[in-house]
Amino acid sequence: MLGKGLLQGLAVTAKNLVGSYHDPARYVTQEYPEVQPKLPEAYRNFPFLVSETADDPMGTLRCVACQICEKECPPQCIYIEKSKDKKPDANGKLQIYPAVFAIDTAVCMSCQICVEVCPFDAIKMDQEFAIAATDRFDGLLLNREQLAKPNAYYHQIHPTEASEVDARLAAERRAAEEKARLAAAAKAAAPKAAAPTAAAAPGVPAASASPGSIPPPGPPPSSS
Amino acid sequence: MILAAAPASPADAWLERAPVLLRDALTGWLPDALRPWVAALLSIATILGVFGLLFAYMTLAERKILGRIQNRPGPNRTGPFGLLQPFADAIKALTKEDIVPRAADQVLHFLAPVVLVALSLIGLAVIPFGRNLVAVEMEASVLYFFAAGAATELAIFMAGWASRNKYSLLAAMRALAQLISYEVPLLLSVVPVIVVAGSLSTTDIVAAQGGWAAGLWPHWHALTPWGFSAFAVFMVAALAESNRSPFDLPEAESELIAGHLTEYSGFKYALFFMAEYLGMAALSAMAVTLFLGGWQAPLAVLEFIPSYAWFGVKLLLLLLGFIWIRATFPRLRIDQLTRLSWKFLVPLALVNLINGGVWAATADWTGAAAVVRWFISALGVVVPFIFLARSLSAGYGPRTYRYASP
Repeated sequence: MLGKGLLQGLAVTAKNLVGSYHDPARYVTQEYPEVQPKLPEAYRNFPFLVSETADDPMGTLRCVACQICEKECPPQCIYIEKSKDKKPDANGKLQIYPAVFAIDTAVCMSCQICVEVCPFDAIKMDQEFAIAATDRFDGLLLNREQLAKPNAYYHQIHPTEASEVDARLAAERRAAEEKARLAAAAKAAAPKAAAPTAAAAPGVPAASASPGSIPPPGPPPSSS
Repeated sequence: MILAAAPASPADAWLERAPVLLRDALTGWLPDALRPWVAALLSIATILGVFGLLFAYMTLAERKILGRIQNRPGPNRTGPFGLLQPFADAIKALTKEDIVPRAADQVLHFLAPVVLVALSLIGLAVIPFGRNLVAVEMEASVLYFFAAGAATELAIFMAGWASRNKYSLLAAMRALAQLISYEVPLLLSVVPVIVVAGSLSTTDIVAAQGGWAAGLWPHWHALTPWGFSAFAVFMVAALAESNRSPFDLPEAESELIAGHLTEYSGFKYALFFMAEYLGMAALSAMAVTLFLGGWQAPLAVLEFIPSYAWFGVKLLLLLLGFIWIRATFPRLRIDQLTRLSWKFLVPLALVNLINGGVWAATADWTGAAAVVRWFISALGVVVPFIFLARSLSAGYGPRTYRYASP
């Protein structure tokens, strides 16, 4: 019958009109600036640098300025300058650190290759997407102070991945201690006159790999 | 706003007489020679103001309702609930650059939107908005209204022609084909009303719809079988006449580059929109007048609400219906459009003409004969509808899908 389909169509739209006032399934709009989107865990856009603590981000960067990411970056958006001196890293080992670490987010294509190649778990993908700037050159060029974010933040945005990384780092640290202890024991056994500095690394607390907690950095060696 | 009807009892209410009293208070101190002129100017200003605001808030209501129907909020940033949006739109349209193509006919290009708005407005002069509220009292006001409405087609063709753009011209010709096709059922559906009411004057037609059968059933034309059929044909034709979805193919935003509006920008473009909404409002006001009892209250107990409020409510309901239809139906193709008019609406309106004539001839039937009268009239609507619908959809059976299940 002519008109039946028309009336059915009108009923559908009328249901939508009324339903949008009381049925959340029919009214799904989130008004963005007021309501921030709940991003899925796997969401990523630009890289950030992981630091162990929030208090001293520049002192506890995991990055050792090996420049692998700089070389691998397909659009060449990472710029690193190595430091002349060395600073102790989270494990207390003396390392080179990045004196300059800059990412041009205008160029970055969010491919995550820097994250894949980093042997130190020092660079990870962030979820901060509102990075609009009035100056497209300096405003979008992020330096290491802007890029550094604590491990706790990493736990917030990618909990699963972050606890995996923490567990792996803790295991590596334990293995290194074990090796150091064995080496020290061997050294102590061989030339009776032991060198106390080699075994100086006191028990580094490495058991804190539970997600959400920051593994405390090893105390800097006081003996040197 | 000329005092027309003899005051009845609800007509004496203060609210009912408020517009006339206000008019008299404003013009009372003038010399007698000037008074009708100032009163006419006042009614023009009132119509412009009321329908200008109605246009502004119709655009907002349309966007809000379309949004809600599509599960989104619609404009809600400008002012509380987006209530200032129409003014923001107006400022935007006014400050935009007005581009006129070098090859265009400068005078006609400028004149087309002006003429269109003017012609859309002058129809409102003969609508009785309330018991004593009609700007121009005329013997043949229905004829005048449709003559003014038909002249808008000229303005649309003017826009297409003056742009000197082949797409504008083609679209204007399509618009003409559509408007002329639908002018026929529009007018044919009005004829039975004139036959039954026995007058071409809008005030008389409204007066003829006064009163209630058995104290409950209003004597509105839309509430009789022939009247309902005529009302339906009128509304479909009115949709097409005002270029509204699903008959908006002259400007089909998503397919053509806005048709005859291609070469218009800034405030002239806004004027075309204004004309569309004013035309829609004018045709809806005419539908209210002809079929929905004009300013008459639906029940005797509700007569304490002033007549112009009833008119406003009915007008708004029809306009909301236009928006609802726009949100629901997809656009027709030009051949489907003309086929619907010539093969369905015109025959239906012609049969309805006879139906209305029979109704007018049997006006003195009472009691059991009145039931027979209603039955005959209903038969005169349902039978042609079924046969015409069958012939219209013959050969267009349900579509079979080869690769997808519907």
